[in-house]
Amino acid sequence: MNDETLNVQLQPKQYKSAVKPVWCPGCGDFGVLGSITKALAGLKVQPENAAIISGIGCSSRMPTYLSTYGFHGVHGRALALATGLKTARPDLTVIATGGDGDGFSIGGNHFLHTCRRNPDMTYIVMDNQVYGMTKGQASPTTEPNWQRGKLTPAGTGINPFQPLAIALASGANFIARCSSSDSNGTARILMQAIRHPGFSMVQVLSPCVTFRPEQREWKNMLIAAPVAMQATSDPAEAARLLLTDEGIYTGILYVGERPVYQPKLESSIDDIAEFEEEFRI
Amino acid sequence: MTDNSNDPVRTIGSTEELLAYSLAMESEAVDRFNDLAEQMEVHHNYEVADLFRKLAKIEGLHIDNVNRAAEGKQLPNLLAWEYQWQGGESPEGGLMEEAHYLMQPWHAIELAMHGEMRAAAFYRHVAETAVDDNVLKMALELVAEEDEHVALLQKWQKRFPKPAEGWDEDLDPPAMLE
Amino acid sequence: MKLQALSIALTGSGGSGVMTTGSLLLEAAAKAGWYGFMSRSAGPQIRGGEAAAVIRLSSEPTESPDDSFDLVLAIDPDSMTRFATEIPLRADSLIISDAEAGRRGGCLPDVPGQVLDLPMKKLAKTIEGGRPNMIALGAIARVIGLPEASIYSVFEKILKSKGPDVIEASRACVQAGFNAGAGLPVIERLTAAADLDTERWSITGNEAAGLGAIRGGIRFVAAYPITPATELLEWLAASLPRVGGVLVQAEDELASINQVIGASFGGTPALTATSGPGLALMTESIGLAVCAEVPAVILDVMRCGPSTGIATKSEQSDLNIALNGLHGDAPHLVLAPTSITDCVFTTQWAVHLAESLQTAAIVLSDQSLGQARAIVKRPPDISFLTRRLVPESFEETYYRYAVSGSGGDSGVSPMSIPGQAGGQYTADGLEHNVAGAPSSMPEDHYAQLEKRERKINEFEYGQHWADLEGTGTTAVITWGSATGPVREALSRLREQGEDIRLISLRLLAPERPLEMAAALEGIKRLLVVEQSHSRQFYRYLRAAYDLNAETRLFNRPGPLPFRPNEIIQQLAGWVGEVTT
Repeated sequence: MNDETLNVQLQPKQYKSAVKPVWCPGCGDFGVLGSITKALAGLKVQPENAAIISGIGCSSRMPTYLSTYGFHGVHGRALALATGLKTARPDLTVIATGGDGDGFSIGGNHFLHTCRRNPDMTYIVMDNQVYGMTKGQASPTTEPNWQRGKLTPAGTGINPFQPLAIALASGANFIARCSSSDSNGTARILMQAIRHPGFSMVQVLSPCVTFRPEQREWKNMLIAAPVAMQATSDPAEAARLLLTDEGIYTGILYVGERPVYQPKLESSIDDIAEFEEEFRI
Repeated sequence: MTDNSNDPVRTIGSTEELLAYSLAMESEAVDRFNDLAEQMEVHHNYEVADLFRKLAKIEGLHIDNVNRAAEGKQLPNLLAWEYQWQGGESPEGGLMEEAHYLMQPWHAIELAMHGEMRAAAFYRHVAETAVDDNVLKMALELVAEEDEHVALLQKWQKRFPKPAEGWDEDLDPPAMLE
Repeated sequence: MKLQALSIALTGSGGSGVMTTGSLLLEAAAKAGWYGFMSRSAGPQIRGGEAAAVIRLSSEPTESPDDSFDLVLAIDPDSMTRFATEIPLRADSLIISDAEAGRRGGCLPDVPGQVLDLPMKKLAKTIEGGRPNMIALGAIARVIGLPEASIYSVFEKILKSKGPDVIEASRACVQAGFNAGAGLPVIERLTAAADLDTERWSITGNEAAGLGAIRGGIRFVAAYPITPATELLEWLAASLPRVGGVLVQAEDELASINQVIGASFGGTPALTATSGPGLALMTESIGLAVCAEVPAVILDVMRCGPSTGIATKSEQSDLNIALNGLHGDAPHLVLAPTSITDCVFTTQWAVHLAESLQTAAIVLSDQSLGQARAIVKRPPDISFLTRRLVPESFEETYYRYAVSGSGGDSGVSPMSIPGQAGGQYTADGLEHNVAGAPSSMPEDHYAQLEKRERKINEFEYGQHWADLEGTGTTAVITWGSATGPVREALSRLREQGEDIRLISLRLLAPERPLEMAAALEGIKRLLVVEQSHSRQFYRYLRAAYDLNAETRLFNRPGPLPFRPNEIIQQLAGWVGEVTT
């Protein structure tokens, strides 16, 4: 990242683009948009030095609403786009955004492998346990007995995906859970996530007021993880919490020191004619 | 609610700090009401959009008040997310969650009222935990102000009919965009 | 001058080292001043299966197999059977085999040719660490008139990793084989040492494509291994870091193409390489590159399809998916090298075009080019002014997808690079307006579709779009690796006074109606040659162009390559009596 002290302090509002969000009023993603703008302002990242990368879904509309560079790619592939960009341009602040369907269903494979690769970027998943954009199907994080999905009217009956536990096991270097209704708290966590080297996974529970209006109650169910269990660097400790907390603990849940993927891009030859040596008879 | 990581909740120690918090709240409120107005415009709910613009203006006046009170004082320069609100989110931060694209003016005022009540609760907490007399005095004044705002909003709300059951019914199903 | 050439096949199994022997033979011949190329075939086992190294040596550069083989050396007789259809023989062909080396009564297939015995196994046993394939190598050298010294001169290069003992044993075996070959007939076609003054290279099509990519400016590759593209990736993995680039082994082809697009969005020219199955997976995201106008190069080293097909064999059957595999109206570039040497140029050109036109370029190479090693003249340096149009300054509002303006009316709009202040935009697979904001409005869709089509159609491609050779009123039209055999067929016909034109397309999309009309001017008879069962190239020509000539079609799927006499036979009735 750029040296923060040299950069201009902007107001969060300056990180918003002129495009008006089409999210339903009440959607948790508005809070996350606010948090991203606050985090970038707090870190003094200049808008031209940041890139927000997304796939498909309501939350994947995020890049369009920010005044940074952005890429709204195809369903499930945001992390691949982001990895290519960050590897070729390590100087940029790269943030991938998306939802639980885009990230953990079609995007599941890239999610696993990006955690493994541990590039220096932040992944913000706005988890609302439903496919909002396509009218309300169950997603990988939907509970098995949710019977409002028209493709799974009897409930999915299968285990929900546990993204943070998977992220931890696969190699992510920073794991946190937030609530979209705490915009400032989420902003603070995002700042730390972006600062921390390696792959930072931030799951933001972000209600879908259209297909899961009961999620408006989420914020009353979530509790801060006990201070002693926050920001542990012991993967076993973190695993225990993530596998037993039923998804209600918020805070920074793992901070690791795993090796970060960033190949050095330094030329060692002056002239590409030097390649011809190996072919010459 | 997400707590403030590992930072202990500080007591507000000076009137300058209290004014800074007040300013932050009112600024946040202005921004949120403008955001809500924009959301209502995008969803063609113009009556409520106008109402939110009005509320934004009113909060703007509150900012003027705070600035007057702060004249001659040097306020700490905290960025919005550096404030520590009791319980996490700022009082004005929760405004957006109660929005609905079909909301009616009565709801909008209700939403604003909840914000003011949260603000009052915050100032009450400041008063209860104050160690500085000036802070206590100012906090109590601010509580009174917020209570007044709530009363004004209640009066304003009486002008609008309370929405009947089924106000949020939309005969059309949600659109599928992608 | 008539091409002096001879064709040799080496077969063996169970770890007999046939591939290494073939490589040594080719390299040694190169040292002696000859040209040639080598391809390989194998059985399905990962190790120890039957293997064949198929080599043509010549006085001039060639990339066509001959009609038949002059010499087969079967280290063990049973190994030849699997490859019998790939190794056509004549009554006067030589088959040198080791009767003692057969297993369980295995024997040579019933094929034409003169069978001679050479006790390679027994001879090898007389030398410490000796191996039959090195005996074979010496014997072959004797038969074809290749100086022993040439073989020893390449041991360092090819056997280096095996250690000095192996090199010494090999030398002794080659010498023994050379001596044992004294009684064998001699095929003296290449005794006049040819070309020692021209700079020549030994290179595979995959390596050539890699070099072309780096010459073109590629500095980021993300890819997933797949036969027969993997060697290209291996070469790039080692070579890119030397120029400050990087290759990322991605988890699958979907990750590969998206990483490429991400890197390219960041300003770094990027490429991936795959084969048919991988290209099929990538099609959605290639469309993203087209819609968001991000340069990307996708190299498809084609193999037999459909589905998993025959991974180790060549075919020209991915034309359909390359041209038409993207959903929606997604005009893009499709190119195809015509030879191993041309893999350098065409890949480099593809990078130049993708960068200049901000779009996806699919390059169709194939297994017969990619995995064959050829001795070629040094490919010339070409420097395109490969340049992405990047804005130098910004107005208040930056219109990333302006349909006309500072880029002129070319349809190419300047593309900002992350880091440039004032140039921020969100690239999008959603249809968008000129500023890049998502739009479902008809006028924006029309305008952007038109822009994306116009930029590709109106570009000046110059003369590289096809190789046009010869004169006459009959033409053979083809593409890709089929060009080699066609060239040789036409060369033979030319020596007999028959002038036939060659049209080999390098640029398959976009269509070039004016240029094609000019190329077909005066053509009354047209033979289409392609390696596809469902006549993909013929159908493409019929759809894209007015052929206006009496047309014949010679098509066959893989795995067998075309041979020049087959093409000459297809021209029967259109040419006089030809002695092939």
